[in-house]
Amino acid sequence: MDIFGVPSQALMAQLMIGLVNGSFYAVLSLGLAIIFGMLHVINFTHGAMFMLGALLSWAGLYYFNLNYWVMLLLAPVVVGVFGIVLERLFLRRIYKLDYLYGLLLTLGLTLVIEGVVRSIFGVSGKPYGPAPISGVTDLGFLIIPNYRLWVIAASLTACVLTWYGIERTRLGGYLRAATENPKLVETFGINVPVLISLTFGFGVALAAFAGVLAAPIMQVSALTGQTMIVIVFAVVVIGGMGSIAGTIVTGVALGLVEALTKVYYPPASSMVMFLVMVLVLLVRPNGLFGGKE
Amino acid sequence: MMSRRYANLRRLSYGVLLLAMLAAPWAGLYPVLGIKILCYALFACAFHLLLGYTGLASLGHAAFLGVGGYMAGYGIKAWSLSPELALLTGLGIGALMGLVMGYLSIRRSGIYFTMITLALAQLVYFLCVQMPQTGGEDGLQGISRGILFGIIDLQNDMNMYYATLAIGLIAFLFIARVVRSPFGQSMIAIKDNQARAISLGYHPDRYKLLVFTLSASLTGLAGALKAIGLGFVTLSDVHWMTSGHALLMTLVGGLGTLSGPVVGAVVLVALENKIGQLGVMLSQLTGINWFATLGESVIMVMGIVFVVCVLTFRRGIMGELDAFVRRVLTPTSTRSSKHDDE
Repeated sequence: MDIFGVPSQALMAQLMIGLVNGSFYAVLSLGLAIIFGMLHVINFTHGAMFMLGALLSWAGLYYFNLNYWVMLLLAPVVVGVFGIVLERLFLRRIYKLDYLYGLLLTLGLTLVIEGVVRSIFGVSGKPYGPAPISGVTDLGFLIIPNYRLWVIAASLTACVLTWYGIERTRLGGYLRAATENPKLVETFGINVPVLISLTFGFGVALAAFAGVLAAPIMQVSALTGQTMIVIVFAVVVIGGMGSIAGTIVTGVALGLVEALTKVYYPPASSMVMFLVMVLVLLVRPNGLFGGKE
Repeated sequence: MMSRRYANLRRLSYGVLLLAMLAAPWAGLYPVLGIKILCYALFACAFHLLLGYTGLASLGHAAFLGVGGYMAGYGIKAWSLSPELALLTGLGIGALMGLVMGYLSIRRSGIYFTMITLALAQLVYFLCVQMPQTGGEDGLQGISRGILFGIIDLQNDMNMYYATLAIGLIAFLFIARVVRSPFGQSMIAIKDNQARAISLGYHPDRYKLLVFTLSASLTGLAGALKAIGLGFVTLSDVHWMTSGHALLMTLVGGLGTLSGPVVGAVVLVALENKIGQLGVMLSQLTGINWFATLGESVIMVMGIVFVVCVLTFRRGIMGELDAFVRRVLTPTSTRSSKHDDE
């Protein structure tokens, strides 16, 4: 069966890849939005943290013989702790300044992280070897590798858990309150600076988690973060950072749009995200789910 | 009394700076490096016109620089344009792109503005990767300089240096004029207090769009000048890291000062050029071998400069210098009192 001249099998396969990429975008932009809500800093290092997660899982396997599942837990913890250290050492000093300095500082940190990684690993992609979950599943209309199914399930679970944690738990309540009015929350005896550190750590840990998931299918190199961060910025502009669910939906949807473009007009596939952003800006300048800024 | 002495000192230092630039090639500066420095200085000044006076931080200016360069280079190669027409082409395409990108990006403010400009520039980058006219990964090579106004042979490095200096100077004076004009003053008022400016009947979006377009066209001019002076344009000119470069030059030189971007460009391009030698020197001095590899990690050094500047040196070179001069010129007796004669 053909759909607009493309065999449905090929179309479904591309959509599947789109769903995988879309779930990475969702996890990354979610972390970015949480950090922005709390710190009012756009975390430029987010792409680099994704790249670090992937490279750590690769390095764990090749240098310490730690398998994928160990690294899936370990890499986000390591990157999260690293993030907390960065927040304590650097970011803490600039909260009172203009937003510009947060951008500049995280951009500088990104360049340093990437520079260090480059001098250790070089710029070529690191092949991870066989995916940790082998085999394929036949869905009737489509045969897909099990690993890709796992990636989609794992990242969407991470998104839903994060949403639940923020919207439905006590700690999440503190977090939302501190986003609204940090001074007031502090008078209730809640340690807001610690909450800020934890938020940043958690946000970058999410990025690293996505990185580990991506490592076996994405040949990650020191420069992967750069392309990723720009796409995530576009996702965030399109979705608006106000709503958590909105951010997740936008990420996944854009992955699918990108995949469809790859099927019907390949040359535009790297640009379509930004074209969608232009359209959204013209029609709804505040983003699809965005309220006030 | 301070203000007059201050103004005199200011004029004097501009004079010294200009003389230094005129004399530099005779004092051992390699003219092609000089041309590069001047092009980046113009780029940084154009960038700063937007950031310093409207507060809008764009990460999309690489698109104007790169496409300005590509258009000028392509015009020279394919249509054998004369250098002055090629420069105008760069300026024109910068203006056109600035109008479009500005129209889209000023719909949002603050951090969103920055992200939008970055995303739009990435769009332009991917276009440049795919279009055959740009030469793709190889870039546009072997652009000939030609003869300016039919009389000045730019093939001579010295002629090219002074032509670049003259164009840069005109652009700098133009920017200074814009900033001091009533238009520029309203623009600063909007930056300082937008709500108030609106209540006084100004239309902030019109001002922002016009400044954005001006800044983009001057950046296009810088790109064209760079393409002609150096003879090539590559994808790295369109890459967003180049916009980050302009941001860093502005920050190092001093945000909000007219001459800051020039000083920042001189310092950073020189640093980038000499960093290998500097690293070797440091490794000999300290015995740490790692320093010798510094030449390969320019990007990392840039990152460190960024972090250090943001944390400890936010006023930049010219900002610090300015504050220092003001402190010295203020008599100690009046320093503690609230007296201010500016």
